This record gives sequence, structure tokens and C-alpha cells, in this order.
Amino acid sequence: MIPFDLRFPTTVQEALELLDQYGEEARPMAGGTALVLLMQQRLVTPQVVVSLSRVDGLSSISANGSLRIGALVNHRVVEESPEVKAGWPLLAETYHRVATVRIRNVATVGGGLAHADPNQDPPATLIALNATVTAASSGGKREMPIEDLFKGYYETCLTPDELITELTVPRPVRPLKTAYIKFLPRTADDYATVAVAVALDVADGRCVDARIALNAAGSTPIRARDAENVLRGQPLSDEVFRAAAATVPAIVDPVSDHRGSANYKSRMAEVFVRRALEKATA
Amino acid sequence: MTAHVRFRVNGESHEVDVPEQRLLIDTIRYEVGLTGTKLGCGVGVCGACTVLLDGKMVSTCIMLTAHAEGADILTIEGLAKDGELAPIQKGFLKYGGFQCGICTPGQILAAHALLEYNPHPTEDEIKDWMMGNLCRCTGYYKIIESIEKTAAGEV
Repeated sequence: MIPFDLRFPTTVQEALELLDQYGEEARPMAGGTALVLLMQQRLVTPQVVVSLSRVDGLSSISANGSLRIGALVNHRVVEESPEVKAGWPLLAETYHRVATVRIRNVATVGGGLAHADPNQDPPATLIALNATVTAASSGGKREMPIEDLFKGYYETCLTPDELITELTVPRPVRPLKTAYIKFLPRTADDYATVAVAVALDVADGRCVDARIALNAAGSTPIRARDAENVLRGQPLSDEVFRAAAATVPAIVDPVSDHRGSANYKSRMAEVFVRRALEKATA
Repeated sequence: MTAHVRFRVNGESHEVDVPEQRLLIDTIRYEVGLTGTKLGCGVGVCGACTVLLDGKMVSTCIMLTAHAEGADILTIEGLAKDGELAPIQKGFLKYGGFQCGICTPGQILAAHALLEYNPHPTEDEIKDWMMGNLCRCTGYYKIIESIEKTAAGEV
């Protein structure tokens, strides 16, 4: 790794001041599970690394009303949290399915989102659960829907002086019917060939609202709005699920790689959206 | 720039001055001098470099030494007490949970962490937990058996 100047702010304010001072030259590091790899490969070569490991105040979960997760909470804490398991079981399950225990012990919620790798697991589930993310800078705070965060491969809308501070997931009015499924033809800890999260609000056998999103299907996580529109207001049936899934190949944009050709992945995106809908409502 | 870092390894206090970019695995191997922690893939996937940091298993090949400030680190050398192997080490020996041995320190520490967290795991729970520790000698059945027998007290 190329040498850098390592700083240890102890408050969010100090961290934001350092990011403001050094701008493009600085990168914040939480657990470092992604950033260390990028730095070793010299894809990212910051002069200043702002370690968040000693920053107080971003490491708690609260579930009074909405679920609020501090950006420095690690994946393992989310998957094990009794509040998350009770109120947002799909979120606990999704964080459980990221990489391995070793990585989940260290990788943080905010760090994972800022890394913006479209193959990651949490984003699709967070879109399906209508999550928002809060970013702070020395100039103030802004909150945005999670799907607005991602701009491209490893690219977010955050400016160099901004830091993700919190993730908020609204509490559903009634339990949602949910599923997160990954197509993993190689190994269980591999990135998915395609992955789908669905969250359906169902009353009297009819879909009141639907939110569907895909990972590993393009340069960002992708929300399947056309599929949602097909479902909304309809009674649940295999026919409606098929019609919803049929809209998906047109909105995904996967790359051909060793996990499959772009055409194959587009077809599998349709198949996995249908299966996710079936699993959620089974 | 140099980082001054204090931590404990296997109960013993250490203070080291290392370049800020120095990874924890290199500090453990070359500053502390404990070479049971192995470098495998170097990208956090294979589990050969596993140690327990404050009781939680981590990949030392992708962690800055400075992020271990104040931590209590357990490496494979710290598992045996007073010359007696820990139960999980006896289990791996008795049931042949290794072949070439390069992945074994990581396998044993991961299995130890599992049994601390869940003393009686099912086979599926063992597989789910141990998924991140790769063995290229294809010894997984023996590894699972070693953990199951250790959990059952049959070592």
C-alpha cells in the first residue's frame, strides 16, 4: 500500500472538518474491508485516511418508530439485533447473507453503502424496504432515498466532504411479505449472478403496494418500477407474478462475465423476480 | 508516518511502532513474532489469517494495525493453556480435521469462535459459520466432524 497520513477523529464533527480540509485527497475508512483492498490495488490512493474507528455516536441501533442504524454499526450487529429481527426480518436476513462472519464483524453499514459496489446484498433490500440514508458535511445534513445514493460502479452522489451518518428504515403499517434471493451458481460467499429483493404490502389477498429491486444487474442497484406497477392493486396470482417479472429484462443492464453472459443474466433476472414474488407470498 | 499501537496478544501487552499502512497480519507475524497466523489469499476471503479480536473473528490481512488499538487479540498460539491443547485443537487432531495444515490455524480459531457463540451448533450452522475458511485439500467433512465431536465433548 502507498503510505498515507492516518487520522483518528473522535467525533463526527472532527471527521467532517478533516474531510472538508483535505477534500479529494482524503478518504474516510470505517472497517476498511473494502477500502484496504482498493488501496492495495492502487485503485484508490488517498494522501489522508480519516479513520472512523474512534468516532463516537454512530454505533447504535434504535427502533422507536422507524429503525435508525448508525453508519458505524457493523453488519453482524444488524443481523443479530433482536429489534431488527422482530420488525424488519428481511433486513436481518440480508445482512446475514453478506460475505462471511469475519467480514460482517468488521464491515459497517455506512461503509458498505459508500463503497457502492452494485453486487452487494443490502442495497436491494433497503430499496424494497423504502430506506433513506443521511449524509452529513460541515455545511449540514441531507437525507435521501437509498436508491438516489448510487450513481454507478463504486460511485455515489456523495461529495468528498460528506459522510454517511445514518440509515433509516420506516416501520411498515402491517408486516410486509418479503423475500431476498440470490442466484449463486458457484459458492455461497460469492457475489450473486443476480439478486432480488421484494416487499409486498398485501391486504385481503390484494397487493396494496409493491417494492422490488435487483443487485448485480447493472452499474447500480436497480428498482423494478414497471414490475411494481403491474402488481399494485392486483390480486396475488401466478399470472400477475409472471406479468410483473416479464417487465424486468428491459430495465436491467448486466455485464457479461464469468458468472454468465449479459443476455443470460437478464433472463435470470426475470426468473428470480418471479421466484422472489412466489417466495414472499408462499 | 508511524503509528504507535498498543494491544494485547494472547494476554500479553505489546506496544509497537509501525508504518500507518502496516496490516495487522504483518505486525503479528513480524513485530510480535507469532507466525501461526498465515497469509493465504490476502483479500479477506480464505480465512487463513483469522484471529479473534475482542472475541470476534477478523481477517488480519485486510485490517490496519492501528485499528487494533486497545484490542485483545487471540492467535492460534494462545489457545493452548499450560501446555494443554484446547478442546477444539484436540478435536481437530483426533478426527483428522486437517491435511497440509496451512488453513488449520484459521479453521481452529473460527471453530473456537463458533463454539463460544453457539456451544451446540447443527451441521448447517457449522457450514454457515465455517463457509469463510477455505481448505484446498478438500478436508471439509473431517473439519465438520471435528467440530461436532468437540461440541459433543468427545475429545
